[in-house]
Amino acid sequence: MNPLECMKFSYIVDGDNFDGAGAASEETKAKLKRLGVNKDVIRKVAISMYEAEINMVIHANGGRADVLLCPDKITVTMTDTGKGIPNIEQAMQEGYSTASDKVRSLGFGAGMGLPNMKKYSDKLTIRSEVGVGTTVIMEYLI
Amino acid sequence: MKISRLAEIIEAEFVCGEELKDTEIKSAFGCDLMSDVLAYVKDGEGALLTGLANPQVVRTVAMMDMRCIVFVRNKKPDDKTIELAQQNNIAVLQCKYNMFTACGMLYESGLRGEESK
Repeated sequence: MNPLECMKFSYIVDGDNFDGAGAASEETKAKLKRLGVNKDVIRKVAISMYEAEINMVIHANGGRADVLLCPDKITVTMTDTGKGIPNIEQAMQEGYSTASDKVRSLGFGAGMGLPNMKKYSDKLTIRSEVGVGTTVIMEYLI
Repeated sequence: MKISRLAEIIEAEFVCGEELKDTEIKSAFGCDLMSDVLAYVKDGEGALLTGLANPQVVRTVAMMDMRCIVFVRNKKPDDKTIELAQQNNIAVLQCKYNMFTACGMLYESGLRGEESK
């Protein structure tokens, strides 16, 4: 595959359906597997994208997920128009969470989402503006 | 340890995926917090024991390439959760014991967490 042969997959993440959260990550994982991407890379993409997708449903009423597969790199961009993150540095701390009790009772909201995204991606970029939305970009070297 | 042997030890019943009974599992993890499963499970191919019964448990296990879910304390997954497990080729079991007891029984029989292997 040369650099001109990148492939892009896009998904709409439904913010009203917690049960469906993770469907985009699940589909991405299956596609990367079919395309023969290294399994350790797939695992990193799947875990961090899933955390981002859950966050998008919990905090931002859904959004859009774009996966760009290039010969040397995978880039996952998660874009929402939610309430934004007032203090990214604080949000990056393990254990810091603003999730509701309902979300916690579902097994998430323990303040591990952003740390997990950082842990499993090779580069994490977060752009956020309060009241406008958040864009999370995760890059993985192949 | 085969999934069938795990089921035998904790007297668990298959909810779905009985055809996977001969699948080998290498380790186990007991947890109700899916973010921690995502953060701490390393090599996959293991079993998750949990008291949380919703579709996100299946998605989490699928992302980690784990093979089997055991619902402790007789927690019953709903149809959507079972359907998702079937789609992802994951065996689902249900046992009457609580988390501590079920984990203890499996540990005593030789199954280990990743950190003690």
